[in-house]
Amino acid sequence: MQVNEKKGEFKPTIVAFCCNWCSYAGADLAGTSRLSYPANVKIIRVPCSCRVNPMFILRAFQRGADGVILCGCHPGDCHYSTGNYYARRRMTMLFSMLDYLGIDRKRTRVEWVSAAEGTKFAAVMNDFAQTITELGENVKLGDLRCKE
Amino acid sequence: MLKLSLNRVGDLFAKIAEAQALYLPVEKAGQVDYDKWTADAKVSMDHLNTAKSAKDLFFPQVERMVDFKMEGKNIEIKPHALSDEKFVLFGVRACDMKSMEVLDKVFLAEPVDSFYAARRMNGTVVTMACSEPEESCFCNVFGVDAAEPAGDVVTWKVDGELYWKALTEKGEALTEQIKALMEDGDEAKVEESKAAVREIMGKLPLANLNLAPFQPEKLNEMFNSPKWAKLSEACLGCGTCTFVCPTCQCYDIRDYDTGHGIQRFRCWDSCMYSDFTMMAHGTNRPDQMQRFRQRFMHKLIYFPSNNDGMYSCVGCGRCVSKCPISMNIAKVIKALGEDKDE
Amino acid sequence: MQRVAEMMLERAKALLADGTVNRVVGWEMGEFFYDLTPAVFTADGLDKFVYNGFSGANLSKYMIKECAKDGKALVFLKPCDTYSFNQLINEHRVDREKVYIIGVECRGMIDIRKIRDMGIKGVTAIREEGEELIIDTIYGEKKCARKDALLEKCLCCKGQEFVVYDELLTTGEAFTVGGNNRFAKVAELEAMTPGERFAFWRNELSKCIRCNACRNVCPACSCLQCVFDNPKSGIASKANADDFEENMFHIIRAFHVAGRCTDCGECSRVCPQGIPLHLLNRKFIKDVNEFYGEFQAGADNTTKYPLTNFTKEDVEPSIVTNRGGEN
Repeated sequence: MQVNEKKGEFKPTIVAFCCNWCSYAGADLAGTSRLSYPANVKIIRVPCSCRVNPMFILRAFQRGADGVILCGCHPGDCHYSTGNYYARRRMTMLFSMLDYLGIDRKRTRVEWVSAAEGTKFAAVMNDFAQTITELGENVKLGDLRCKE
Repeated sequence: MLKLSLNRVGDLFAKIAEAQALYLPVEKAGQVDYDKWTADAKVSMDHLNTAKSAKDLFFPQVERMVDFKMEGKNIEIKPHALSDEKFVLFGVRACDMKSMEVLDKVFLAEPVDSFYAARRMNGTVVTMACSEPEESCFCNVFGVDAAEPAGDVVTWKVDGELYWKALTEKGEALTEQIKALMEDGDEAKVEESKAAVREIMGKLPLANLNLAPFQPEKLNEMFNSPKWAKLSEACLGCGTCTFVCPTCQCYDIRDYDTGHGIQRFRCWDSCMYSDFTMMAHGTNRPDQMQRFRQRFMHKLIYFPSNNDGMYSCVGCGRCVSKCPISMNIAKVIKALGEDKDE
Repeated sequence: MQRVAEMMLERAKALLADGTVNRVVGWEMGEFFYDLTPAVFTADGLDKFVYNGFSGANLSKYMIKECAKDGKALVFLKPCDTYSFNQLINEHRVDREKVYIIGVECRGMIDIRKIRDMGIKGVTAIREEGEELIIDTIYGEKKCARKDALLEKCLCCKGQEFVVYDELLTTGEAFTVGGNNRFAKVAELEAMTPGERFAFWRNELSKCIRCNACRNVCPACSCLQCVFDNPKSGIASKANADDFEENMFHIIRAFHVAGRCTDCGECSRVCPQGIPLHLLNRKFIKDVNEFYGEFQAGADNTTKYPLTNFTKEDVEPSIVTNRGGEN
């Protein structure tokens, strides 16, 4: 995936892991409601937010993501009852570690988006894309081999 | 023989670096390894052995070989260019210099390894005689003289001066470049220091390791020795010994999918790893004892059998000081050699 | 320590003789005083058994392998090693019934690297005389204070409590080890700017040669096949071909043991490149303590580990982004 298409204009690549039951449906609703969110948000559907292990996040950065966001059901609403509670702990720990290594902590985010929250989904993605655009290209956690 | 005050080695390095890259032992985060010289590098002139050996400069841990690009049904093959960086490698000890003879046997024999050959051709090696050997040193066992290393240029540190002597054409060429900084040196002083170092070497605790039992005809006997099980018992199966070893030369070739093509590279491999020489049917050395045995049999029996008796250990002592469980070639030589003495 | 060593040998012989155990897992004398190798002894090999200031190696992990063999094995564990063993029990990696544990008194273990870093070269023998180390070298006798040569893990000693054992061997004498705050360096790093932290870790992690010693020695790393060795994982690698791989290996390894790491410090002790790997583990431990309450892995057999547990009131990941300081 190439990021800088036009000179002078940075369009970040954003990977959004969305759980099948809430957030992916939320994204769907955003679409059918004709709400706009940046086209450079690439959604990866996962069965549950707790399916995402730290490697997924790192690998997304390795292969050119400038920001990675994980969306799941609101705490208490997980389709599998408790998956998102585990995801919440894992991501807190991982993000804290990335920060500890000096990697921009604003490039990672977790948001809870329900199937009814199409508006929220679009708003979150717009906001995150804005943040990442301001941060610029991810250089600290990329793999040079993937950039050529 | 030329000499230069050790206070002025900075000028010497700057002069060398004017014409080509200069690699030498540099301290980084508490560890001394070969690194490129810069004006603010923390050069270590006293450190005996770098953590990683000098082989890294000729046979780097990772080397890109060829790129593939696929478009539709076409595959474009782009060989990665050979290294053309001219460089000087400064501060190599006698044991590491000897290790290059071992590596040359492997990589410069037909078919010649062009990556290694290019780096060897472009590199000028300036060695440095040892002045304070460690207890882990046993290079004399393998016929290495710590006081008189080989190389393109050899240097000695004596009484605050660096003595310099060119040994080869490459060495002469380098000497021409830096001659202006040097003055004539007195050989007698160097001879004195050599004698002192040789005396220490003779007294080291590992100086008397007996290699006599390690002969090619003893292959079966050594291979089947019941002692391997005990020796390898605590082995963690990590690659420390292999990766710090100046003579270990096994590598793996791997493909990396970059998302827009394939990069083929080679990287150091370790016979201590469970996936070493993994094949479709699995691995031929399923347990750690066999893997452990392979490493030492290779160094002490297989390699000398195929290379006119040259052992592929140079006694640098890195495995002695680095192994997490303190199991090393010196202990192996002692344990397996014991029977013969009795 | 000499007295404890004698008591240990005596007990080992007795337990072998009465058939309680059929082998002994301990430390074997090396070429020099400091290069001990973990070993499995039977009665006739015990003359090489040794316990001294260089018995730093944690023997817990070897018990995974020993438990697959017939009969009961005797193992000597220092106080901090018992946490690792207890954690292995919790993870069903060892069989408590097949191990006879003798907890042995420990006054802190010595780091040969620290002695070398003092500029002491050519060490051939070391004697412990009270609080002083008398070091014989090729270049004459040297001395240093014992406390200046302790392993990092011992400077932050967990204390003299044994969390699992069948019997204890202690001298009953009063002594103190360590006392440093183990989170001091972590806090120091946290207080830096992200740029400084990034530079610190690049400097350290770029030394990594991917020998896997940290992983292979770690009692918490007991997977049958590591994800980094699994060709099907897509991230298997034998070398760090890119800076990213250096970062990823160490982040993922630390994460895999987060909440299970007892802070035994073996990773830093064995690293041939002197990378302070314990600082990654301690960061996770500090975070767990701060976010989810004090937790010590291996301390007991009932508490759930922080990462396989949750409460409905847990902090949100945004706490990291919002905790102040520069981005």
